[in-house]
Amino acid sequence: MRVAVAMSGGVDSAVAAGLLVDRGIDVFGVMMRLWVEEGRVNRCCSPSDVNGARQVASRLGIPFYVVDMRSVFRDHIVSFFLDGYAQGVTPNPCIECNRTIRWTHLLKDALSLGATHLATGHYARVQSRGDEWILLRGIDPHKDQSYVLSVLGQAEMAHAVFPLGGYTKPEVREYARRRQLPVAERPESQDLCFLAGDDYRDFLRRHASDGLTPGPILDAGGVQLGEHTGLAAYTIGQRRGLRVPSSDALYVVGKDRSTNALIVGSRSELGRTTFLTRRVGWISGRPPASTFSAEVQVRYRAARVPCQASPRSDGSCDVVLARPLPDVTPGQSAVFYQGDVCLGGGVIAA
Amino acid sequence: MSAARVYLDYAASTPVDERVVEKMLPYFGGRFGNPSSIHRFGQESEAALDDARRAVANVMACRPNEIVFTSGGTESDNLAIRGAALAAKGSRGASHILTTPVEHPAVVNACRYLERHHGFRVEWLTVDADGRADPDDVARRLRDETAVVSVIYGNNEIGSINPVAAIAERCRKRGVTFHTDAVQAASQLPLQVDELGADLISIGAHKFYGPKGVGALYCRAGIELEPLQPGGEQESGRRAGTENVPLIVGLAAAFEITAAERSQHATRFAGLRDRILDGVVHAVPGARLTGHRLDRLPNHASFVFPGVDANRLLAALDLAGYACSSGSACKTGDPSPSSALLALGLDSELALGSLRVTVGRPTTDEDILGFLAALPALVEAQRRTVAAAG
Repeated sequence: MRVAVAMSGGVDSAVAAGLLVDRGIDVFGVMMRLWVEEGRVNRCCSPSDVNGARQVASRLGIPFYVVDMRSVFRDHIVSFFLDGYAQGVTPNPCIECNRTIRWTHLLKDALSLGATHLATGHYARVQSRGDEWILLRGIDPHKDQSYVLSVLGQAEMAHAVFPLGGYTKPEVREYARRRQLPVAERPESQDLCFLAGDDYRDFLRRHASDGLTPGPILDAGGVQLGEHTGLAAYTIGQRRGLRVPSSDALYVVGKDRSTNALIVGSRSELGRTTFLTRRVGWISGRPPASTFSAEVQVRYRAARVPCQASPRSDGSCDVVLARPLPDVTPGQSAVFYQGDVCLGGGVIAA
Repeated sequence: MSAARVYLDYAASTPVDERVVEKMLPYFGGRFGNPSSIHRFGQESEAALDDARRAVANVMACRPNEIVFTSGGTESDNLAIRGAALAAKGSRGASHILTTPVEHPAVVNACRYLERHHGFRVEWLTVDADGRADPDDVARRLRDETAVVSVIYGNNEIGSINPVAAIAERCRKRGVTFHTDAVQAASQLPLQVDELGADLISIGAHKFYGPKGVGALYCRAGIELEPLQPGGEQESGRRAGTENVPLIVGLAAAFEITAAERSQHATRFAGLRDRILDGVVHAVPGARLTGHRLDRLPNHASFVFPGVDANRLLAALDLAGYACSSGSACKTGDPSPSSALLALGLDSELALGSLRVTVGRPTTDEDILGFLAALPALVEAQRRTVAAAG
């Protein structure tokens, strides 16, 4: 067994590497050099992050290498992000990055460098059950990251190692202190790495014109209430920044691409109880049943809600929620769970 | 952990010879005096410095006061080029520099610095497909305002040896100062100054089993150098700063040993090198030798492999136990094709797939057999990965 650990310079991947080293496993560190616009610094692989990861590797006594992923990242993730906004949805490039970059290209790289497994600092667990690999939520409910790993299949799971799945974040921090790992205590960020701290709307303006054409803001009855700056600048459930005078709080409840209209309404109009997901992948490789009960999570940090899921033969899946959710957002992923087991997920359709 | 590690990157650095370590140790301990001091502590250090200078001069067949000690090959290159160019500008208004596109970055960037900050014009000689300059081409491009010509002796990336003596002769006829970067050559080739004919010759100790952080510049009597840093009058006013006595002692000891044992190692190195050159070209489809097949450093083999990312190949080789190098290697994952390889006429994709394998005193036949057995599968694995990414 030889494990490549995807390192970022942060505490989680550093501790993941440390835990493997402690178990006497043959480990090496690998860091992805990701794309960023000329003259900017990718949040996930700045020179200081590279130095930080290198210092962690040195402290742990493991080899460390940086692999260039800039062109595949630009071709797959940045264009995925731009295409999503052009189509009027709110894409989730982090999930796509896990699918096509981390668990496709980086995994291939790790294997071609002689690794048998790829470990990351995600809070999730892998277990073998019978002849199947199953993905479980991390035991720290505040940190669970199985949502972004819902794109894995059995082929990837066979190589996946998540050393942090059985730990809480405070335990991870404590381990890093005890091991004196030189990790920066940087604030956790939800920003996309390639935006380099920029607002995504500015990024869109520089890279795509689609989706940034001004148009009308309408209520459910078709009455124009104002003008929007471009559908891509808004997301479902958004309340602030509408610039529409109204006595009641207004929320973005929908987008109509054919008329370039942004639909707003009260909070009660926001709720959805049914939706369709596409590009559904199952960790096991197949759906659990033709219709099954599960819990579904529709955003990275959202709570799980009971649902009935009915997979179709074309790789999509109908979802009926037990209660309406205000933030079912096309482009984001819906991820299915039964208890702690992550079944898989798909992209919420418009 | 993994199997034994085999070091095949002696062009990057060499281990310090144990005999050299022994020679240096007293100067890290009781013999710490400043060579400039009047007292006997100082006199002891000054004597050690004189001995070291004589030893280096003896190997290069020059006079001791023609040797300037520096902090390494990079400083020697800078002192030679910037020092000679600025002195020639001051004395006769010289404004032109002639060099090749396959120089070490120390030379390239010293020239660019003069261009940017001192109004020099840098003219880049063309090189042949093996990276060598043509003496007659140098002669044609010499001008009255040429301050200095700099041509690398043994190339660090591709191993080719330049016809330095012939270039020196052309420069001498026109009265132009000629510098050669002999940092790679120093461990492999004789450096007698009258054989080479150069006016300025750079060396660095850690390339010939001496310590890091020390080098020397041969500066032919009569060649004026503008010092790079203001300070004291050490090194006859050419290099200010208290002499690093222990490292200078180490450089001299390592240089003497290298000269004495050169012929003994050279034949064996060339045998290992030729096995690598032939073995790799036979075993790896599409592999292309870079640099001249015969007229190259005896310990140096270098290649390009189509469809391979050198950074990943170096990581795979390292994990398989073989430490090698590449002209485009970059530890931050930001590879760019080496300008030296581009100057040979290679396209940039090919130049990104370069590999350098250099042998040294500890290298064994078994090391090379193991390397040749391991390499083809590692290249193949990288090619599959690259193909999958494309």
